[in-house]
Amino acid sequence: MAKFVQAKKSCAVNPLKMSQPIGGALAFMGLRGAMPLLHGSQGCTSFGLVLFVRHFKEAIPLQTTAMSEVATVLGGYDNVEQAILNIYNRTKPEIIGICSTGVTETKGDDVDGYIKLIREKYPQLADFPLVYVSTPDFKDAFQDGWEKTVAKIVEVLVKKPEPDAPKNPKRVNVLPGCHLQPGDLDELRCILEDFGLEPSFLPDLAGSLDGHIPDDFTPTTIGGIGVDEVATMGEATWTIAIGSQMKTAAEAMQRKTGTPYRLFERLCGLGPNDEFFMFLSEISGREVPRRYRRQRGQLVDAMLDAHFHLGGRKLAIGAEPDLLFDVASALHEMGTHITAAVTTTQSPVFEKLPCDEVLLGDLEDLETLAKERGCDLLLTHSHGRQAADRLNIPFYRIGIPMFDRIGSGHKMTVGYRGTRDLMFTLANMCIADHEQNHDATPDTWKNPWDGDGHGHGTTHVATPAGAPDLGPAPSTAHH
Amino acid sequence: MSSVSATIQQVFNEPGCAKNQNKSEAEKKKGCTKQLQPGGAAGGCAFDGAKIALQPLTDVAHLVHGPIACEGNSWDNRGARSSGSQIWRTGFTTDINETDVVFGGEKRLFKSIKEIIEKYNPPAVFVYQTCVPAMIGDDIDAVCKAAKEKFGTPVIPINSPGFVGPKNLGNKLAGEAILEHVIGTEEPEYTTPYDINIIGEYNLSGELWQVKPLLDELGIRILACISGDGRYKDVASSHRAKAAMMVCSKAMINVARKMEERYDIPFFEGSFYGIQDSSDSLREIARMLIERGADPELMDRTEALIEREEAKAWAAIAKFKDRFKDKKVLLITGGVKSWSVVAALQEAGLELVGTSVKKSTKEDKERIKELMGQDAHMIDDMTPREMYKMLKDAKADIMLSGGRSQFIALKAAMPWLDINQERHHAYMGYIGMVKLVEEIDKALYNPIWEQVRKPAPWDNPANNWQNRAIAQMEAEAAALAADPVAAEKARRAKKICNCKSVDLGTIEDAITAHSLTTVEGVKTHTNASGGCGACSGRIEDIFEALGVAEPAPADPVLAEAARRAKKVCNCKSVTVGTIEDAVAAGASNLAEVTARTEAGSGCGKCGERIEDMLDELVAPLGTPAALVAAE
Repeated sequence: MAKFVQAKKSCAVNPLKMSQPIGGALAFMGLRGAMPLLHGSQGCTSFGLVLFVRHFKEAIPLQTTAMSEVATVLGGYDNVEQAILNIYNRTKPEIIGICSTGVTETKGDDVDGYIKLIREKYPQLADFPLVYVSTPDFKDAFQDGWEKTVAKIVEVLVKKPEPDAPKNPKRVNVLPGCHLQPGDLDELRCILEDFGLEPSFLPDLAGSLDGHIPDDFTPTTIGGIGVDEVATMGEATWTIAIGSQMKTAAEAMQRKTGTPYRLFERLCGLGPNDEFFMFLSEISGREVPRRYRRQRGQLVDAMLDAHFHLGGRKLAIGAEPDLLFDVASALHEMGTHITAAVTTTQSPVFEKLPCDEVLLGDLEDLETLAKERGCDLLLTHSHGRQAADRLNIPFYRIGIPMFDRIGSGHKMTVGYRGTRDLMFTLANMCIADHEQNHDATPDTWKNPWDGDGHGHGTTHVATPAGAPDLGPAPSTAHH
Repeated sequence: MSSVSATIQQVFNEPGCAKNQNKSEAEKKKGCTKQLQPGGAAGGCAFDGAKIALQPLTDVAHLVHGPIACEGNSWDNRGARSSGSQIWRTGFTTDINETDVVFGGEKRLFKSIKEIIEKYNPPAVFVYQTCVPAMIGDDIDAVCKAAKEKFGTPVIPINSPGFVGPKNLGNKLAGEAILEHVIGTEEPEYTTPYDINIIGEYNLSGELWQVKPLLDELGIRILACISGDGRYKDVASSHRAKAAMMVCSKAMINVARKMEERYDIPFFEGSFYGIQDSSDSLREIARMLIERGADPELMDRTEALIEREEAKAWAAIAKFKDRFKDKKVLLITGGVKSWSVVAALQEAGLELVGTSVKKSTKEDKERIKELMGQDAHMIDDMTPREMYKMLKDAKADIMLSGGRSQFIALKAAMPWLDINQERHHAYMGYIGMVKLVEEIDKALYNPIWEQVRKPAPWDNPANNWQNRAIAQMEAEAAALAADPVAAEKARRAKKICNCKSVDLGTIEDAITAHSLTTVEGVKTHTNASGGCGACSGRIEDIFEALGVAEPAPADPVLAEAARRAKKVCNCKSVTVGTIEDAVAAGASNLAEVTARTEAGSGCGKCGERIEDMLDELVAPLGTPAALVAAE
C-alpha cells in the first residue's frame, strides 16, 4: 500500500498534470458526430486542441464559447447560446458536449440553467442531445474530467429500460478509462467478439481517433459510439468498467438500468487477464478461445525471457492514477521496483499499489526522486523527455500526450498480447541501455565499493537533492 | 486591469501597423473587446501569443500564473532552439487551486518566484498573467515589483490574460512588456558599428542559425534577437544597436517602432525566406549600418557574399527545376510567410495555385498580389471539400500549410509539407531555400502516393468515397452549367461572411437596395463582417465587381481635406498633405521629402508611392509644382 503524499512547494515545475476540461472533451470525442465545446476563453480550447492533434495526429473537433473579458464578467449566457446555435447550424452534430473551465467557474456561470433557457427558446433544440459537465481547471485533473463526463453521459443519454424489458444476453457495455488508447479498445473489442459478445464501448475513441480515413469530411467526430446506441445500453447484461475511474459511470449505469457491473482495475499483466478472460468465459458461456490460450503461453514465455532484464530495475513512473497503477503493478510483477511514483490526483487504487509512497507532484519531483534514488527506467508522457536526457536512463512514453513519436494511438498494454509486447519493448530498452552505457570495461570494478553501479545490481548512492542542471542537454537516443 | 486596457489602446494606435491604421476610431476602441465568434472561433488567446513571442528567450524562467490548463496543457511545445540554457523549456506554473481562487493567488505567486530563483537562479523571471487570477484581482505587477526588490533578480510582469483578445494582440502586449521593463535596463559590455537587432524572429527549428554564419562572416553582430535564441541581457542592452531588422510583419512592429522612437534605432522590414529576400535583407542591413557610421567597404563584402551564396544556391536548385516542371503548389498559410514563401517557391520554378490570406494584413495581401500578378487566385476560406477537389483535380500536386490543415491533404492522399511553426525543418536563408526545395522534391516523388491512392482490392474503385465526391461535384457543376438560373442561385449562395453566415446574394441585394458604398454600410444592413472581420476584403471585392466606388464627399473643401489626410507613410504617420506641403516648400526628391517629413524612414515601403507623387508634383525640369501653378 502506498502512502499518498503531497509535494510541499508553491510552484509546479514541468507539469505532469493536465486540466480536467480537456479530459472531459476527450470523452465526448468517443461519441459519433460529436462536437465538444469548452465554455471559456478561446485559449482554453486551442491549447487542448493542439495537444490532441499532436498526440493522435488527426483533425480534432473542439470548439469554444470564446469568452472575452467583458463576457466573463457579465456572464456567458449569450456566448453559450451563440456557440450552440452556430455549431448546430454549421456542423450539424449529433451531440454537443459542453465542459466548463476555470474562467467561467470563477464567475460561476449556471450552464445547466442556460441550457434550459436555450431549449425553451429554440424548439429545434428542445430534444437535441446537449450534455454539460462542470470541470473547473483549478480542481482535479484530466482523469477526473473524463470520469465525470462519462458518468454524465450515462445519466443523460442512456434510456431507462421498461421495468420488465428483457436483457440481451449478448450485449455487454464497456466503459474504458482514459488510460486506454484506441489500440487497446480495438484489442478489447476483438477479444469480446471472439467470445460471441456484442460490446458497446462508451466512449469509443477507437471509432473516432484511430486514424481511419472517413467517408466524408466532417468537422465533428468521424466515428465512435452513436447517441442512439448509448440510449440502448440498458439492454446489456453486463457492464465492464476498466480502471477505477470508471466506477462512477458503472454505478450510474447500474442505478439507471439495473445492469450489474464488474470493475477491472487493471488489464495489463498475467493475473488481471486471467481474471478477465475467465469472466468473459463465464458471462458468454463459452470456453476461452484457443488463440488466447496460446497468447497466455506466449506471455508466460515473454515474462521468463524479460525478467532477466527488468528484474531489479528501479522504476520512476509519472502518470495519472489508473495508468500508473496498471503499468507499475505489471512491472512490479516482473521484479521491477517501483522506486519513484508521481501522480496527478487522488485515487483509491493507491491502497493497492506495491510501493511506499505516491507523490502528488510534477516532473521536477519525479526527476529529483529518480536522481536521488538511482532509478534506471523512466515511464511517463512525452514531457519526460528532458528529464530522460539529463538522467540518461531508458525512457518509455505512456499516456497522453505522446507528441514526439508517432503511432501513439495504437500503442497497446491490455490483454495477454498487449502485456507481452510491452514487456519485450521495455526489456529491449534495458538491454540497449546496458550495451550503450554500462558494458564492462577494465575499469568497471576498479573501485568496486564506492560510486555508481548502474545496471549491475549494486546499491545506488543517493546524490544530493536539488534542481536539475539545465545546461545544454546531451543527445541520447530514446525509444 | 486598467493598465492592461491602456496598453491595449496604445497597441491599437500603433501607427506602424497598417491593419490598425485602417480601422475606424470606434473599431480601434473595440479592439480589446472585439467579439470572437462563439462556436466558430479557432486559434490561440492573448496569453498564448505573449508566450509565443517571449518564450524563445532561452535563459529566462517563464512562470505562468494560473490554473493548470494554461501551462500544463501546452508546455514545451514550441519549435524554437537554444544554443545555451534550456531553462526556457522548463514549465513553471503556480497551478492555482480552489483555495487560491477564493483567497487570492498573490502569495503563491510570490513564493513560486522565490522557489524558482533559489533553485534555478535565472537572470530574470517572466510572470505571465492568465484569465482566472486577472478575474480575482491578483496584482502581478505589485508581486513582481516586491519580488524584484526582495531577491534582486528582475521579475517582469507580462499582462496578457487570454480573454483580452487573440494571439496577435498577445504578441504586441508581450512587446510592450519588454519595452517597459527590459529594453534599456542594462548596458552591453562593448558596442561596435556593426551591431544589429533582429526583431520578431523565433529561431524555429534553429533557422536563425542558417543566417547567422553569414552575418558573422560579414562581421555583423546580432546584439539581440527578440526573441529567438535570445538572452535576457542581450535584450536588456539591445537599445545600443545601430539598426534593426523586423522579421515578422505584424507580431512585434510596436517594439521596432518604439525602439526607433526612443533609442534612434532605424529599422526595416525584411525576410530571410527565399533567395531574393535574403539578398535584399543583407543589403539593407549593410546599407543601414553604413548610414549609421560603419565603414562603406561593408557593402562590397556584402555584395561579394551575396554573389557567392546566390550562385551556390541556384546551382543546388537548378537540379530540381526539371523535376518541378509543371508542378503546382497549393499554399495555405497566414501572415509573413504568405508573401515570402511565394517568392521562394517561384524561384524554384514551381507554379502557385493559390495562397490563403486568412491571417495576413492587407499589406501582406498587396505584396502577394504584386508577386503573383493581379490574377492571383486568392483562397480565403476554402472548405475542406473544395480543398480536396482542388488537390484531387491535380490542379495542385502538393500542399504546403500549417499543421491544422494537414489532415485534409494527407487523407486525400496528397503530398503535404509543414511550413508553420511546428515544422521540423529550417527554411531560412540560402541554404534553407535549398532545403525547402529538397523537401518538396522528397514529398512529391515519394512512391507511397501511388500505393495509398489504390482502393482496397475488395472495393469497387468507381465507388470509393474520393471518386464519389468528385463525381458528385462534377455532376453539380454540369447541372449548373446547363441551368443558368440554378447557376446564378449557386453564385449568390456563396458564403462571404462565415461568422455571420451571410451569402453573396444578400450582400449584393443590400448594396443595390440601399446604395451602399462602404463595408461599414454592408455590416449595418447584413451583419456581414460583424464577426472576425476577415471577410471585409471580400466585400471590397464585391464593390469592385459591382462597379461601386466610394463617392467623393459633396463638399469640395471636405473632399480636398479627405484627399490630403490619406496616409502615405504608415510607419511615421505622414499624410498626402504633409508631403505635398513639403514638396511645395522645396523638397524635390525622395531623400529631401524624407528629411523634411520623416516619410519613408520607417520600413521604407512607401518610397515608391512618394516617388510617384514627386513625378506628379514636380515638373520635368525640377520646378516645384507650386511655382508651376503660380506661373
